[in-house]
Amino acid sequence: MYRYDTYDQAMVDTRVAEFRDQTRRRLEGKLSEDQFKPLRLMNGLYLQLHAYMLRVAVPYGTLSSAQMHALADIADKYDRGYGHFTTRQNIQYNWIKLEDAPDILADLAKVEMHAIQTSGNCIRNISSDHYAGAAADEATDPRPYAELLRQWSSFHPEFSALPRKFKIAVIASETDRAAMRLHDIGIRLVRNPDANGAGELGAAFYVGGGMGRTPMIAPLIRDFVPLEQLITYSEACLRVYNRHGRRDNKYKARIKILVHELGEDEYRRQVEEEFAHLLTLGIEPPFAELERIRTYFADPAFTPGLPESIDRSDPDFALWVDRNCHTHKQPGYVAATISLKPVGGIPGDATAAQMHLMAELARDYSFDECRVTHAQNIVLPHVEQQRLYELWQKLEAAGLGTANLDQVGDIIACPGLDYCSLANARSIPVAQKISERFAASGKGDALGELKLKISGCINACGHHHAGHIGILGVDKKGLENYQLLLGGSEGADTSLGKITGPGFDEDGIVDAVEKAADVYLAQRSEGERFLDTYRRIGMEPFKEALYG
Amino acid sequence: MKILTGNDLKTGAVTWWDGTGWSLHVEQAADVGEDGELIIAREEAARRVNVPYAIAAERGPDGRVRPAHIKDRIRALGPTVRPDLTLRPADPTAGNWVI
Repeated sequence: MYRYDTYDQAMVDTRVAEFRDQTRRRLEGKLSEDQFKPLRLMNGLYLQLHAYMLRVAVPYGTLSSAQMHALADIADKYDRGYGHFTTRQNIQYNWIKLEDAPDILADLAKVEMHAIQTSGNCIRNISSDHYAGAAADEATDPRPYAELLRQWSSFHPEFSALPRKFKIAVIASETDRAAMRLHDIGIRLVRNPDANGAGELGAAFYVGGGMGRTPMIAPLIRDFVPLEQLITYSEACLRVYNRHGRRDNKYKARIKILVHELGEDEYRRQVEEEFAHLLTLGIEPPFAELERIRTYFADPAFTPGLPESIDRSDPDFALWVDRNCHTHKQPGYVAATISLKPVGGIPGDATAAQMHLMAELARDYSFDECRVTHAQNIVLPHVEQQRLYELWQKLEAAGLGTANLDQVGDIIACPGLDYCSLANARSIPVAQKISERFAASGKGDALGELKLKISGCINACGHHHAGHIGILGVDKKGLENYQLLLGGSEGADTSLGKITGPGFDEDGIVDAVEKAADVYLAQRSEGERFLDTYRRIGMEPFKEALYG
Repeated sequence: MKILTGNDLKTGAVTWWDGTGWSLHVEQAADVGEDGELIIAREEAARRVNVPYAIAAERGPDGRVRPAHIKDRIRALGPTVRPDLTLRPADPTAGNWVI
């Protein structure tokens, strides 16, 4: 894992001191809320329905066990004993007191964490593949490049007041596990397609994707940028956006609108022009800096020659292995996902005790490391297969052994109207009811892979556009109403879901999801997932079942 | 009726104008009639409560004040999915009033 150098630590410590002074002045009445609000937001402190909410950055979702312990301590000491892992691979605390916020940031700084740029019109936390460094199918570990981008984008003076917020994802696999094409910039590290022989590493840039009220899939803007020009090309993409992105209309201010309105060819032309200019200025960090960063992401000391067989005699364990474990690049290891979606639970929530346990398990079973996924789960990236049963037993005992990764119960849900001041409808109770309905009927096991995602408003923090089944909560004359979408996907075959028709009330949407699942079960062909069947038969059979 | 609400500066807790100060309990909210803007201006200047605003509410037959919009009813009680964290954790029917 990356470790702060003296510059990183000094920057974070300085910011803590600065915010402590700003908070003091606010509490003493020397700053108005209008004056203080942009300052607190720069430090991830929002004001939500019930209290202040602090969003803490987890760069590319990677945490050490010490950091996870610190997050648990904050939940216990300053919050109400739990935290919420988000679709941006971050964690949020829902019950923060303003007077405690500087102390929390100081505690975070001790473990090389912060909440800087988790809000505002700046480059937000860089997200990545939660199996980075472990996946068998990656061209390289994307995290050193995500870290380089993190350092470049932190406090970048030119990009601290963009037209709107800006999100970047970096992956290095053909399989997209980070919804890369639904980001403002999605970067896929690839081998040069034009090179003879092995092909050097570079980056494909997808620009102008996003969800929200105008969902768009990012087009490919350049298929290969040499790694020694990664930052320069990123800067060119941002500069064109910063220059021409709309500041007159918040709803048209994201880069996806600019790319769409200019057209991808014209946007590409302007980026290339800016890129050529920037190359003459020599803004790329020294390659030695990337090399320095890369040393922090060297493989851990894997034991060679470990057995690759798993004793599957316990059927519950075998199911968990099949669903929650992912192939590892190192023989004898797997990447294991801890589901934060127990039946009827709150997606993404973890108690302080569970966080402490996950930290201990990361230390004991996964080289001191864990990952937050954008699906609101936790991954132990490097687990010996021969110790997997022992690990699972400990998870089971703590209510963390649910075997439902990418199943209908593994629901992504934003905090919704239970917590969020932007929401129009509650997301969590809908997730809980769907989870309980399918668990009780037993249909969940028959469904196989089915990604269900719920947002409580059009901002789409719950990624409803990208769900095989998506649910969008809206306000209909003061009442919660839920639209159903089908056919979304976030992977290599990224697609946007389509609304089935009129919305439903809270119980009605649960029934509607079950009806859609029944159509799939009745019509699926051998080996088809829900998404495959939907794509083959289209919307009509589902509409007939829902409204006919 | 019209009532005023905001979030406490120090804690962020939801508060309701009770006629003389800010209360955590919506049932103590006072009908401000047409005086809302005046009180808001005064209270914003005092800087005890963040972004106070006026909302519509009604008083039920039991005398309880009920905000007109679901968002403010959830604010009044707490998250519907964590009854243990609401203002009335011992009341299993508390959520019925909200939804």
